[in-house]
Amino acid sequence: MNVNIVVNGINTKGDIEPRMLLVNYVREHLGLTATNIGCDTSSCGACTIHLDGESVKSCTILAVQADGGNVTTVEGLAIDGVMHPMQESFMQNHGLQCGYCTPGMVMAAISILKENPNPTEQEVRAGLEGNLCRCTGYHNIVHSVLACAGKN
Amino acid sequence: MGGSILGNRVLRKEDPKFLTEGGKYVDDLLDEPLLANALHVTYARSTVAHGKINSIDVSEASQMDGIVAIFTGADLDLQQVPSAFNPMATRTLLATDKVRYVGEPVVAIVSETRSQGEDALDAIIIDYDVLPALIDLEKAMASDLHLYEACGSNVVFDTMVLGLPDNTGEAYFADCEVVVKGRFMNQRVAPCPLEVRGAAASWGENGRLTQWLSTQHAQGAVAPIAAANGVEEALIHVKTPDVGGGFGAKIGAYPEELLLGPIAKRVGKPVRWRETRSESMVALGHGRAQLQYVTIGGNRSGKVTHYQLWAIQDSGAWVDMGTILAPFMTRPMSSGVYDIPNIECRTTSVVTNTTPIVAYRGAGRPEATAAIERAMDMFAAKIGMDPAEVRRINLIPKFLEPHTTVVGQTYDVGDYETSLNKALEVSDYAGWREKQKAARARGDVKQLGIGVSIYVEITGGVGNGEAAKVEILDNGHALIYTGTSPHGQGHATAWAMLASEQTGIPMEKIDLVWGDTDLVPVGTGTMGSRSLQQGGNAVFAVSAELVNKAKAVAARLLEANEADIVLDKDSAAFHVAGTPALTKTWSELAQAEKSVGGALSHSDVIGVTGATFPFGAHVAIVEVDTETGKVTHLRHFACDDAGRVLNPLLLEGQIHGGVAQGTAQALLEEVVYDTDGNPTTSNLMDYAFISAAELPSIDVIHMETPTPLNLLGAKGIGESGTIGSTPAVQSAVIDAVSHLGVDHIDMPTTPQRVWEAIVAAN
Ligand code: FES
Ligand code: FES
Repeated sequence: MNVNIVVNGINTKGDIEPRMLLVNYVREHLGLTATNIGCDTSSCGACTIHLDGESVKSCTILAVQADGGNVTTVEGLAIDGVMHPMQESFMQNHGLQCGYCTPGMVMAAISILKENPNPTEQEVRAGLEGNLCRCTGYHNIVHSVLACAGKN
Repeated sequence: MGGSILGNRVLRKEDPKFLTEGGKYVDDLLDEPLLANALHVTYARSTVAHGKINSIDVSEASQMDGIVAIFTGADLDLQQVPSAFNPMATRTLLATDKVRYVGEPVVAIVSETRSQGEDALDAIIIDYDVLPALIDLEKAMASDLHLYEACGSNVVFDTMVLGLPDNTGEAYFADCEVVVKGRFMNQRVAPCPLEVRGAAASWGENGRLTQWLSTQHAQGAVAPIAAANGVEEALIHVKTPDVGGGFGAKIGAYPEELLLGPIAKRVGKPVRWRETRSESMVALGHGRAQLQYVTIGGNRSGKVTHYQLWAIQDSGAWVDMGTILAPFMTRPMSSGVYDIPNIECRTTSVVTNTTPIVAYRGAGRPEATAAIERAMDMFAAKIGMDPAEVRRINLIPKFLEPHTTVVGQTYDVGDYETSLNKALEVSDYAGWREKQKAARARGDVKQLGIGVSIYVEITGGVGNGEAAKVEILDNGHALIYTGTSPHGQGHATAWAMLASEQTGIPMEKIDLVWGDTDLVPVGTGTMGSRSLQQGGNAVFAVSAELVNKAKAVAARLLEANEADIVLDKDSAAFHVAGTPALTKTWSELAQAEKSVGGALSHSDVIGVTGATFPFGAHVAIVEVDTETGKVTHLRHFACDDAGRVLNPLLLEGQIHGGVAQGTAQALLEEVVYDTDGNPTTSNLMDYAFISAAELPSIDVIHMETPTPLNLLGAKGIGESGTIGSTPAVQSAVIDAVSHLGVDHIDMPTTPQRVWEAIVAAN
């Protein structure tokens, strides 16, 4: 099947198998490997990207469902080499260790602040419930998000 | 002259890459030329816990789209391989005669795409004679049915075989006023690195195998890979891409990884393999799984005089590293931070029809700590004394010279009482006790629980030192080669700090090479919280030596005495003392060496004698809903003394992560099997992997007691958080309902267990 998807501002197209997941389209078809796969039950959030401005787990969507859509991955956040404030905040607050959860975590975090620019710590924690991290204990991730919201 | 960079909160060099383009994990090697046109390997795994294999039928699967080859163990002519820890136990890398756990690999499918391999799984028919599954540890110990017949027993290791005495039972406590007994299950948990296992293999024209591995120790994988391929070690090149967490479970090379070379050879093409999470949950090694019989005795004024522990370690279905953690990690640490004059500790390791047990963050020390800390709590409850007070009475007093416990373990330095005092003070322990009293008096539904733990652990016990090389490039940049293997710990930053401190070269001009066995042939990897005290120590020492070498070159160029050459670290340039205007930069020196056919570099293996023993105290505050059993972890205070701190940012990150994993074990996580040996927690929906919503922020309390055992004064910090937090959180939960008559709840203290304990106590 043919799909046309804007990814990080660029028109992409592919003749793909109908069962191809959006995460595989991004990773294998486009070679954008920052978005990771951490599970097979839609539980971990390592694959979180933005589709038409909303954060979604890209392992739960078929690439054909995103046909005509607009996707952003973590590779598309920096502008002219300047990191997005959320990326910068993760860096400043040591919000990552092994980095495997990080792209999905950053995308989820941006969505949290978009919906609620002034969250409490508990709201951030609840918002990140679907994004698992095994390294950081979430402490610095939560504080990265709060710092980006101008709190901390 | 600027101040030292050591001890500063330096941001990580590695972060911009991870944040903007992502790490390059093994599954991301899409444009690797050596893996062009690689085929995919998928393993068909045992669906029964214990059984004899009657037949394997791959005929239908072989006909499916994209299937290139299918191999059984017989097809690959696999031989029995003995366990490193008990040579009587042997297995083939694909099960051939017998399967011993659900998830054991039996057949390898090679396909053009990954999904074709997954599709073929269903068409592979393996016929078994199902045998009774031995899941319960004590039943397995007593059973006449043996997983490894040649062992003559399911007990595959026992301290009595080492010549250590058996425990003497109740008679040991004849002189004690107070004796308390417990049976604690330190439950089986899944390490769950967020990146599952993956590997790839490619044979070169030169007859060498390049194998990519998501590992904590590339150098350690060379020998088993060479053996699996029947070639010399010199023909094996292991490369470590970025690794998405390990936690001990990625130390050793697994069958699925070892088989890729032989498979690639058979099919004449490179191959890749990546497991799914559901496979990983049953086939990546598990951790803990230790049953503990504990007896503690002493007098009514709070002095503990006798302690007896029988640790029965579940090895799972293979005699892997988990087998030896009880005798060589739990037993030596059985005394904990306490001065107990009489201790007996026997350990027995038993094979069962479950996933093999390997090292998992803490590896044997969390189990030792959990046992003694729970025993201390029960002892305190029995004599009606505050648990913090009982601990204080029994602590080994501060020592700055080595101290040897009655079980024969020597600790380097310790100041346990200060860590306890700090934790109690910063957490406002007394204040929480007041609040608890008030809540109890009011009969609130939600009750407060306060848990205290004090621990000491072994770090840097693996390896006697580490290799490092520092090389100066023409442009004056430095390349560090390290035998450690970072997978989140931040070695690129930390090692650059150490080299920069010695050489004056700014951190941004220092890069790190690791995990490539051609470039770093000697290395012990990252495990057992060893990296800084052995690997960092080596980088520090080798950098200092390199400065001396550079001085000799500068002396030659400046026509001066070597002894008169000084390094101005602020400008990273050398000059003759008294004439700072005429300088030689690192770049000039490197080029000068190159022009005479040399190179400006230094390489050495820096020895370290003995492990270090970090310690600390944790206080956990929880709230328990006494009607539902639901636990909320409100606050966590962690005072961890890891000696001199190189970078507080990295240290805190390690503590946070450790506390989360400890809390996860205390409250939520457990790998469960049904009585037939079917895992019921084999994906991330069913396994209670802890999330941000279940944790509080963590209050880190700093304390530094340097060790004399390395140049940096550093001890390990990778596992402390886990070791200290697990018993503190478990204890807090029990404490919250102790006034209702509950004296123990095994981990994980799930709502159901807490509720059942309350009901049972009524
Ligand atoms: S890969 Fe785990 S949620 Fe998508
Ligand atoms: S940083 Fe490793 S999983 Fe989050």
